[in-house]
Amino acid sequence: MPIQLKRRDEKDMAKNNSSVDIETINKKKKNNIRKRERNNWNGYAFMAPYALMFIAFILVPVLMAIILSFTNFNSIQLPSFVGFLNYITLITSDEVFMQFVLPNTVVYALIVGIGGYALSFVLAWALCNLTKLPRTVFALILYSPSMTAGVAMTVLWKVIFSGDQTGLLNSWLMSLGLINEPIIWLISTKYLLPIVVIIGLWSSMGVGFLSMIAGILNSDEELYEAAAIDGIKNRFQEMIYITIPQMKPQMLFAAVMSIVNAFQNGLISTQLTGNPSPGYAAQLIVNHIEDYGFLRYEMGYAAAVSVVLLLIVQLFSKACNTLLTEKD
Amino acid sequence: MAYKGKRINPQKFERGQIKLIIVLLPLVIFMALPLVFIANHAFKPMEELFAFPPTFFVKNATMENFTKLVKFSRTAGVPISRYIFNSVIVTALTVGLSLLFTTFAAFALAKLKFKGRSLMMTINQLAIMFVATAVLIPRYLVICNLGMIDSIWAHVLPLLAYPVSLFLVKQFVEQVPDALIEAAYIDGATDMTIYRKIILPMTKPAIATAAILAFQQVWANMETSNYYINDDSMKTLTFYMNSLVNVNNTVSGQGMAAAATLIMFIPNLVLFIILQNNVMNTMAHSGIK
Repeated sequence: MPIQLKRRDEKDMAKNNSSVDIETINKKKKNNIRKRERNNWNGYAFMAPYALMFIAFILVPVLMAIILSFTNFNSIQLPSFVGFLNYITLITSDEVFMQFVLPNTVVYALIVGIGGYALSFVLAWALCNLTKLPRTVFALILYSPSMTAGVAMTVLWKVIFSGDQTGLLNSWLMSLGLINEPIIWLISTKYLLPIVVIIGLWSSMGVGFLSMIAGILNSDEELYEAAAIDGIKNRFQEMIYITIPQMKPQMLFAAVMSIVNAFQNGLISTQLTGNPSPGYAAQLIVNHIEDYGFLRYEMGYAAAVSVVLLLIVQLFSKACNTLLTEKD
Repeated sequence: MAYKGKRINPQKFERGQIKLIIVLLPLVIFMALPLVFIANHAFKPMEELFAFPPTFFVKNATMENFTKLVKFSRTAGVPISRYIFNSVIVTALTVGLSLLFTTFAAFALAKLKFKGRSLMMTINQLAIMFVATAVLIPRYLVICNLGMIDSIWAHVLPLLAYPVSLFLVKQFVEQVPDALIEAAYIDGATDMTIYRKIILPMTKPAIATAAILAFQQVWANMETSNYYINDDSMKTLTFYMNSLVNVNNTVSGQGMAAAATLIMFIPNLVLFIILQNNVMNTMAHSGIK
């Protein structure tokens, strides 16, 4: 217990030594502490390593994307300034973007983002009404698909959605008599987007889901008792009036996580069918960026699409923020 | 009976929970099916992989697919041991350094007072919504200009700043009582001592969570191997496993690919099971206010 020992030393000193010494010592300490309270230079030192990485790999790339988006850049010649041309092209004459990429992204984001968010809230709430053991086991199972981010599981989906009779889904549907001949799932423009959406939903119970479980579990128990006395009649009312208001911060965190998740996942369709996907059926905004950036080397244009993506995500997060933060 | 209230986190099993379990169970099973399938597929011998109609569960489990996986890598120029070595080094470096950097920064943001602190906090809060794939190209240019193409640092450095991780750890460090830190200051402790003796021991759950997040990011990361590394011998196990999936699009390749997927998935699962209590503890403070 060095802390206590030192305190005793001080008391001893106070008894034995002249009071002047103690005053100067105390002054020094007070000065030291006051300095720490105003401007502690160590703060910058502790921040520095993280900040450096942040600047180099997040801030600078974002700024570069913004600058590049106003240029024409093919990665060989120096970029040339073109003003808003890339953005104008994107809105007015990029047919693939308007016809496929944007609608696909909206559908994907609506179902996987909002649907996944609602689903993870309902599931989190249901799990919290169980005892610890089943809750832990269920939560682990629901969370585990998100660990692989849906990407490492390509082989699995290829086997299940294989286009011939040896495909698991085809074989099941045929033995049930629902279809007569195998469906070529991964080439069909009709089924590709739904498949990508299902895989996205499957792997959407991520960190936000865990956050919501923790939020519900940590809500104030006494409030539930009080509410019951005040006339709350069922679990649904309890959820609306007691649980949700208490866990708003967690709800917001989870919302942000699911927005990010909904817009950044382009790898699923690339892994399943390559980029671009057949007939652009499952082309999401992230795939569009890759398509222009790494296949066509139109870096300036790809950067413009990236900036649009970052703006969309910020916009949605802002909306969630206003919806879910408490107005004091 | 009148409504009693407070059914959250029940200590005992009650009849009302059966209803919930009946609703939840099919969904949980549905979510688990793909994982169960991959585990079965990995152990199937050749006949069962070719079987028609295709089977779900394995009957005669073998290790055939795993041995083939190792043998196959010998025919490719780079032995699998090299990929494993790369992955282990990269993962260890990334997790270690990102924990160090993140806890440093979290301590500074939560407990040290300096100018620009709240600005940095706001920037980091905004960056939680950062979509890394959107800036693949500028990131490539940065890595190019730093001369890190084909170096091990191209794997490690871009993953070190992970705003979600910093946010979670910072929220947790804020829970450490100020009185404790002030007492230490009075006793002459430096900031470094406080970081080592108070902050680190008291925020173990958050550190465990940050470790899991960092691990998940680096272990499954394919972008680096795909875009920033040209030299095959510098790529990681994830890349090799994934190339198996894409190159061997035959039935015999499927078994190998399933085995590969299982190998990539298991470490994630084990790590999460070991640390899950810590993770839930951290998530309690994850709210954005």
